[in-house]
Amino acid sequence: MTPFTQLTAPACPLVRSNVDTDQLIPARFMKEPRRVGYGQFLLYDLRHDDTGKPIGDFILNQPGADQSQIMVTRRNFGAGSSREAAVYALVDFGFRCVIAPSFGDIFSSNAVNNGLLPALVSEADADRLLNALETEPTHITVDLATQQIHFADQIIPFDINAVWKTKLLNGWDDIDLTEGYRSAIDSFLLTYQTRYPWTQGQPEGALGLIARDNR
Amino acid sequence: MSRQTLFDKIWQSHEICQNDEGQSLLWVDRHLAHEGSFHAFNKLAERGLTVRHPELTLGIADHYVPTLSRSLTDVNEKTRNVIEQLISNTRAHGVPLIGMNDPRQGIVHVVGPELGLTQPGLVMVCGDSHTSTHGALGALAFGIGASEVAHVLATQTLWQNKPKQLRIRINGSLSPAVSAKDIALAWISRLGADGARGYAIEYAGSAIDDLSVEARLTLCNLSIEGGARCGMIAPDEKTIEYLRDRPMAPKGEDFEFASTWWRTLATDADASFDREVELDASDIAPQVTWGTSPEEAMPITGRVPNPDDEHSPDKARQHRDSLEYMGLKPDQLLTDIVINRIFIGSCTNARIEDLRAAAAVLKGRKSKVPGLISAGSTQVKAQAEAEGLDQIFIDAGLEWRESGCSMCVGMNGDQLKSGERCASSTNRNFKGRQGLGSRTHLMSPAMVAAAAVAGHLADVRPLLQEVSQS
Repeated sequence: MTPFTQLTAPACPLVRSNVDTDQLIPARFMKEPRRVGYGQFLLYDLRHDDTGKPIGDFILNQPGADQSQIMVTRRNFGAGSSREAAVYALVDFGFRCVIAPSFGDIFSSNAVNNGLLPALVSEADADRLLNALETEPTHITVDLATQQIHFADQIIPFDINAVWKTKLLNGWDDIDLTEGYRSAIDSFLLTYQTRYPWTQGQPEGALGLIARDNR
Repeated sequence: MSRQTLFDKIWQSHEICQNDEGQSLLWVDRHLAHEGSFHAFNKLAERGLTVRHPELTLGIADHYVPTLSRSLTDVNEKTRNVIEQLISNTRAHGVPLIGMNDPRQGIVHVVGPELGLTQPGLVMVCGDSHTSTHGALGALAFGIGASEVAHVLATQTLWQNKPKQLRIRINGSLSPAVSAKDIALAWISRLGADGARGYAIEYAGSAIDDLSVEARLTLCNLSIEGGARCGMIAPDEKTIEYLRDRPMAPKGEDFEFASTWWRTLATDADASFDREVELDASDIAPQVTWGTSPEEAMPITGRVPNPDDEHSPDKARQHRDSLEYMGLKPDQLLTDIVINRIFIGSCTNARIEDLRAAAAVLKGRKSKVPGLISAGSTQVKAQAEAEGLDQIFIDAGLEWRESGCSMCVGMNGDQLKSGERCASSTNRNFKGRQGLGSRTHLMSPAMVAAAAVAGHLADVRPLLQEVSQS
């Protein structure tokens, strides 16, 4: 995964609360393989009218929006469904950072697992940023090491879980990291299986029967 | 070992180690995989990895399955392709699968408890946010994304930050016709759709003790709609009796051994929570949502809110936006909202007790609008048919369908048309959730049945009184 250190890019204001993952990518697009590029599906029903025509004044349809790498929005962004496709849509569109006062928990984990920084700011700072972006399209700088956002001549701080910060800064992937814990897992399992033997697999035949019925 | 919550006890027993930043590596006892798992299986394939413990994952087709029949010719090619990928991925990795034609098929969160796969004290995950459902039996269960699903498949473990803990106590007793769905919508409307963000919830109090296991599943299912990581209820004798003799529950001596442990899992009397919220059960009336977030819910006796009365500018803007999308006017009576369709189904409210509650209202009555009823599982469907509930629904003019996620998420093509308004027993009233331009009002199955009979949103209580008088 590409490490996230510092990013200077045009920021895109999405002045809405509760932008859930069903809005980020409507379910009907989720049958598609990732290779088709999920950016085209991002906020599809907000970007298009009922006939599928792009809505001109929607923020992502405006000139230059495709250069944007930072989204600024309101509370409870990414709530709802655990669909990682919502993050794929943002990342494939070109976003590397979303700034908001709160995020859905599962969305945040998914974001970090795809190198997308979910930067938490206060409601007041989100307002300041959104106000600044309303008047002119602005380049802003997000610095992960110092947890600061620079725009115009202002600096606002953001929060990020310490573990996620380390992962993003280094571009680490959990599966690679966990490989290093193989012996810890094995020794845990020895004790665990002795203590809670019924948790390992199923009563004889239960799952096997299912497997046979379907094969 | 004292002063621990239910959550602490399960977390501790599954914690393999912590990393330098304090994140925990947890052992995962059970993983459920539906059709959406194809991204995760693709990730394994890209890296040439195998499934570490195939016996601890169970595949079930639910999100995309047709409900008109069990034939793959009833869905379009792309949908068929997604279902077929689940079959081929589970086969390639030796993962057991409950296929679409299996009598045990159903929605993952209905099937898990029904088969006894869900048990107290287990850590359970699934690439679906409503995995919180399984917490009703005292499991630590939560939804994860595709990258995490790939991690679970490859290692049977998961890195997690320990959430804070919130106890929601519901004291007293619920009034007649008030259900677990109403408890959930009541607390979410009070705390907000992100009110429990960052928390694991434990539900407690006399009203929770009194709930059936199925009602508890509904309550825990909706934990995610308030932003919580998971929702749990301490296992009690009701839980243990529910699990006894289920096909995947431990058997004989194993069951006695397991249940001895299950009885020790309840939160210790002197354990503390990061936050406590209390509600009085007798204050909760049947709820409906009027907006596009589950937090936009209120008692059926109320009026649509007026954004001009809202002090917070952001809230006022949100309410205006919701009213516009929903085609509603400020201050209009909720019971004046005319509906076009009803849907009873989903992992939230499609168990046998839900269908019985709806049938009690619909018996001998006609629905003024068309609608679908899709049982939560094929077993629930068979049970309902044995009890004659299907005939009550059909006589009322409604469609009796096969089991699946169906119109809750519309992935299989069961959708509303743009602008159609639906009284729905599901979990999300998000914009476009039930189809492009769809308008969803969430409520309990009994309230959906009342709306069907009235043709508009309606209070189920007078209808049930008529039933008991006749």
